[in-house]
Amino acid sequence: MSQVATAIRGPAARAGRLRAWLANPWRRPRLLALVGWGFIAWSLVPVAIAILFSFNAGRSRSVWQGFSLRWYVQDPNLSVLHDSILAHAVLQSLKLASLTMLIATPMGVALSIGLARWRGLASTASNFLMLLPLVTPEIVLASGLFLVFAHLYVPGGTRLFGTPAQLLEHVTWSIPYVVVVMRGRLFGIGKEYEEAAMDLGAPPMEAMRRVLLPMLAPAIFASFMIVFALSIDDFITSQFLSSGEGSITLPMLIYGTGRTGENPSLNAVATVMLVLSLSAIGLASLVLQRVARRRGTGEAAARELVRFEI
Amino acid sequence: MLRTSMARRRAASGGIEALYPRGFWPAISLPGVLWLIALFVVPFYAIAATAAGRLDPIFGSSIPEWNPLYWQPDAFSFVLDGLASPGGIFREVFLRTIAYVTLAVGLCLALGYPVAYYMSRLRGRLRNAFLVLMIVPVWVPYLMRIFAWVNLRQDDGLVTRIVAATGFVAPQSWLDGRPSTVILGLVYGWVPFLILPLFAALERIDASFVESALDLGASPARAFLRVTLPLSKQGILAGTVIIMLPMFGDFYTAQLLGTQKNAMIGTLISFYLTQATAGPAQGRGAALVIVLALLVSSLTVYYLVSTARAARGAGR
Repeated sequence: MSQVATAIRGPAARAGRLRAWLANPWRRPRLLALVGWGFIAWSLVPVAIAILFSFNAGRSRSVWQGFSLRWYVQDPNLSVLHDSILAHAVLQSLKLASLTMLIATPMGVALSIGLARWRGLASTASNFLMLLPLVTPEIVLASGLFLVFAHLYVPGGTRLFGTPAQLLEHVTWSIPYVVVVMRGRLFGIGKEYEEAAMDLGAPPMEAMRRVLLPMLAPAIFASFMIVFALSIDDFITSQFLSSGEGSITLPMLIYGTGRTGENPSLNAVATVMLVLSLSAIGLASLVLQRVARRRGTGEAAARELVRFEI
Repeated sequence: MLRTSMARRRAASGGIEALYPRGFWPAISLPGVLWLIALFVVPFYAIAATAAGRLDPIFGSSIPEWNPLYWQPDAFSFVLDGLASPGGIFREVFLRTIAYVTLAVGLCLALGYPVAYYMSRLRGRLRNAFLVLMIVPVWVPYLMRIFAWVNLRQDDGLVTRIVAATGFVAPQSWLDGRPSTVILGLVYGWVPFLILPLFAALERIDASFVESALDLGASPARAFLRVTLPLSKQGILAGTVIIMLPMFGDFYTAQLLGTQKNAMIGTLISFYLTQATAGPAQGRGAALVIVLALLVSSLTVYYLVSTARAARGAGR
């Protein structure tokens, strides 16, 4: 009977069910899921292919010719290890990132604590100044720095273009990020612990050294790592402030030879860059995740990583 | 005992900050502040000083003029003329930049909104996994991501081969200055940076608002248009500004995925400042930077004002 009814109602019923299904806001969002996961695939697959082909035994960009480390170490002329320009770019990026990390992080940590506690007009102004680089297009800062290093900061007539100027710039660019990362944690901790330490008789400096700083340690570590990754990633200003082959960084190398380069060794060098950047961020999120778990909130760590970029 | 109560009282009056030595907080802030003044504020001034500077009497090259009393408008009027007059030399590049950025941002929103919306509806493990996969591209160096597309779209690249194999489209060179390649490159490069703030805004929306709209008889589409979309406006604005800032200064995406035909404002700035150092080029480059900065900062200011208004509205 019901079969007959369905047969009679046929398409109309199907349309009705479709409409009901569409109208049900609690249905499983299949189309959205498709868009979502499709997007993830689209955003990751091209990079994955670049990584894959850095291990290709041949020169082809689209035909797999077997696995090899040819473009990393084996090829006597063209591999990252043996091509002096590629190897130098890796070293230059590493050198800049390490030095930037060592200078920018302590300065940014001190600035973040200072700004969180210091009251008054000068503090408000400094706070504003600190946030400005975050809303400035990098090309504007790069142009300004190029001009000061060309005309104003020329100690004894020597131009600082190359590593010194690049280093100064990377530090400038990193400081606000450190402050933003630190500030989240500083406000999260509050002042109770320091207060308790002082109530128990600790002098202020001691309370800072033995209570506040250890509690900030995970965020400080994360700041080190984020500064490292930012520096590896930096392109525009490094390009503007470079001088000749000696100061070519990894992104600059890809910019310079990305279109003309015939060799998969460029894929290899890009993969090295990706590994440096992502492993720093991975370490940072690992440490933050452990802290977040101790505090009992599940996805807070991932959330904190989101915040860094915003 | 006495010290304890004193500490408490002082903490109550001025906070524990007051217990530290006088001037301690400004002192530890000072290195960072001085650094930013020397290497952020002064460079900004240098752009203005160069744009309004004079020309070297012998070499004819730009020299910054540090005293505002002697500023001259030559470079500015040159740039404005090149922008505004029909057939001006900057006009085409300027319009192209605005078109590319507008199209790319529009596509980013069309693509990013559903993704952010989906992400905000996920729960538990799946959501964490999705979030991590979403964050990875943010930290993959930008140039590597664009370079990955250069590989795919070369004449012997995978995309070119696959497209040719389907037979629907004739084999073509994607990298010979096609706007579509550059715009898609911009979308690919920046859309993750739009999705994350959008997700943050969508996630904050209380599900009961949507439910009450539905209970009151609104269709799902109407509930979305009248409740979800307006409530996510701040996220849309934040994400749009975040991706517009770097897009307006972009020259590398256009360079890697296009040719001279795809030059953007950033290309001009980079050329005038760092390559064409002879003659008045530097001053003109600096004037272009100021035009770009004004354009971009008007967007930022609009965003900040709108955020402040929204915050005030929520507080009421």
